[in-house]
Amino acid sequence: MFCGLNFKTSNAMGKSLFEKVWDAHTVRSLSNGQTQLLIGTHLIHEVTSPQAFGMLRDLGLKVAYPHRTFATVDHIVPTDQRIEPFADPLADAMIKELRKNCEEFGVTFFDIPSGKQGIVHVVGPEQGITQPGTTIACGDSHTSTHGAFGAIAFGIGTTQIRDLLATQTMALTKLKVRQIKVNGKLGPGVYAKDVILHIIRQLGVNGGTGYAYEYAGEVFENFSMEERMTVCNMSIEGGARVGYVNPDEKTFAYLKGRPYSPQGAAWDAAVESWKAVASDPDCQYDDVVEIDAADIAPTVTWGINPAQAITVQESVPSVDQVPEDEKAITAEALEYMKLAPGQPIKGTKVDVCFIGSCTNGRLSDFEEAAKHLAGHQVAPGVKAIAVPGSQVVDAICKEKGIDQVFRAAGFEWREAGCSMCLAMNPDKLIGDQLSASSSNRNFKGRQGSPTGRTVLMSPVMVAAAAIKGVISDSREVFDIKETADV
Amino acid sequence: MSLQKITEVKGQGIYVPGDEIDTDRIIPARFMKCVTFDGLGEYLFYDVRKNEDGSDKQHPLNDERFKSASILLTGANFGCGSSREHAPQAIYRYGFRGIVAESYAEIFFGNCTTLGIPCFVVTKDDIKSIADAVEADPSVEIELDVANERIRFGEQSVTAVVRDTARKALIAGRWDMIGELREAADTVSEVVGKLPYMSK
Repeated sequence: MFCGLNFKTSNAMGKSLFEKVWDAHTVRSLSNGQTQLLIGTHLIHEVTSPQAFGMLRDLGLKVAYPHRTFATVDHIVPTDQRIEPFADPLADAMIKELRKNCEEFGVTFFDIPSGKQGIVHVVGPEQGITQPGTTIACGDSHTSTHGAFGAIAFGIGTTQIRDLLATQTMALTKLKVRQIKVNGKLGPGVYAKDVILHIIRQLGVNGGTGYAYEYAGEVFENFSMEERMTVCNMSIEGGARVGYVNPDEKTFAYLKGRPYSPQGAAWDAAVESWKAVASDPDCQYDDVVEIDAADIAPTVTWGINPAQAITVQESVPSVDQVPEDEKAITAEALEYMKLAPGQPIKGTKVDVCFIGSCTNGRLSDFEEAAKHLAGHQVAPGVKAIAVPGSQVVDAICKEKGIDQVFRAAGFEWREAGCSMCLAMNPDKLIGDQLSASSSNRNFKGRQGSPTGRTVLMSPVMVAAAAIKGVISDSREVFDIKETADV
Repeated sequence: MSLQKITEVKGQGIYVPGDEIDTDRIIPARFMKCVTFDGLGEYLFYDVRKNEDGSDKQHPLNDERFKSASILLTGANFGCGSSREHAPQAIYRYGFRGIVAESYAEIFFGNCTTLGIPCFVVTKDDIKSIADAVEADPSVEIELDVANERIRFGEQSVTAVVRDTARKALIAGRWDMIGELREAADTVSEVVGKLPYMSK
């Protein structure tokens, strides 16, 4: 019988969500001092799983709990056309390998013909697989996305995928918990992407090492589930392997009626247990950081890691301005990005504009950008592409005519996948092209050209850059005077 | 499963300077279009090591003096970014058996340990001392002492940190956890039984 798990804590000292979920999934202590943790939900994709299935075969093992592993194909899929075989024989071999592995080991595969294919971190939530109080792992560092639902979600390597397939568990060291509270009200034209870029800028790319981030405060309470996902998604860019938001009525409303959500009486029991899994008000955090929403403005990166970020009204820093231990990487970034110290970032010419990815490839991202794009035209010489995060997102956008707004403005509207976030498919920068991108990483070469340059920003800021042909303040371009209800 | 007990690693060193060297730089995404890890060593640091026409750029890995190095010395937050195990696999398959850095990204560190690659943490100054010794004499033997958390090179030695869980696993020969994880199948099904979402 399906009944809610009792997460209520009876002892005097309250617990954080992280601790409750950790405790409920602990199998035992291991000889090296780590914990053997049950991972209830395992998500896989074509890039990091084939070697794990290979190892499983070598060891003569089966998948222990095949009904708890879910697969999709996202990194290598072309977004212009889907006819198989794919033009790239390597990509074609990878989708076929995943298909074969899922069939052989009895794993559910949201394949292209299913109409449910998409980026693994978009598919999990929209199918209702991602649920509060659960543990989730995937061979992808942006697995932290699922924490938006109050799940504890880990990005893992391929050997751990093997461990998980074979045992449904893995060896982990318990994380500390830092609560990041953002109180107040975000200004007009300021989005979830700006919040996480601001947090990473403040705490650094490795500030979260050893921590799970619990995002809290009025801003997160007011955020939609998709906005929460955008923030949790980039936790790893701040060094935190896990990021989460306590589940609330918005979480439950999002999940109700989804294909894998509990139904009927089981739904009511699940909601009760989900309510109880939230951090207790009196729990102790290892660290607390408070941020004022009023200090956050539309933010863009200027360098080669996501902490090298400034507001769109600021200028690119000079080596002299930064602390001693950041001088070398600042110089390296300025040289790579071909930016002059002290130059305003606003007005920097862009070649490519990309809206998509597991960070910002959901319905509300396209909806919000379309709202502002309507009636505008992409600047001459700019290549602009919009790539929905899943076939479901694509279908809803088409139903609502959002794709038509993008096309009319001069964007290409593509099929679902990771696309130009990491350019494992044909969508790539050429030479030192500069890309205004709603994705999550601005590393050297990230978007497919060894000299390509990436400037991270919110989807609405990408839309503004596309129209003006230069990095622009979307509040000025679109005359945004009110905070959006995304 | 019986594995090698990794108590020490000896070999020549190579210094690849830089902080925040991410896994995209260690192995660019386009080389992950493969269904095995075979041959990944060839693409280690590819875009910073090679020009687009395939010719060599100036990079320590292209320097003849360090061709037989098996210990990688580098900066802070090494391996940040993607969880791709292709990064430590490329490092291992290129021939590296130990890494010395100021700090590591979390997922990368775990992936290295699982492959039996000890990751030593030392101060910036100590990395510089080791790097200077390697630069002065590339043939100098570096000894990574996992059990005692020390690094000896030439006549010198520095203290290091090898995270407890990794050190215990390496010296006990239990760094690949699958054997130990499989021992607890019964306890796993008990935990599964208490979690409603795990039911079919």
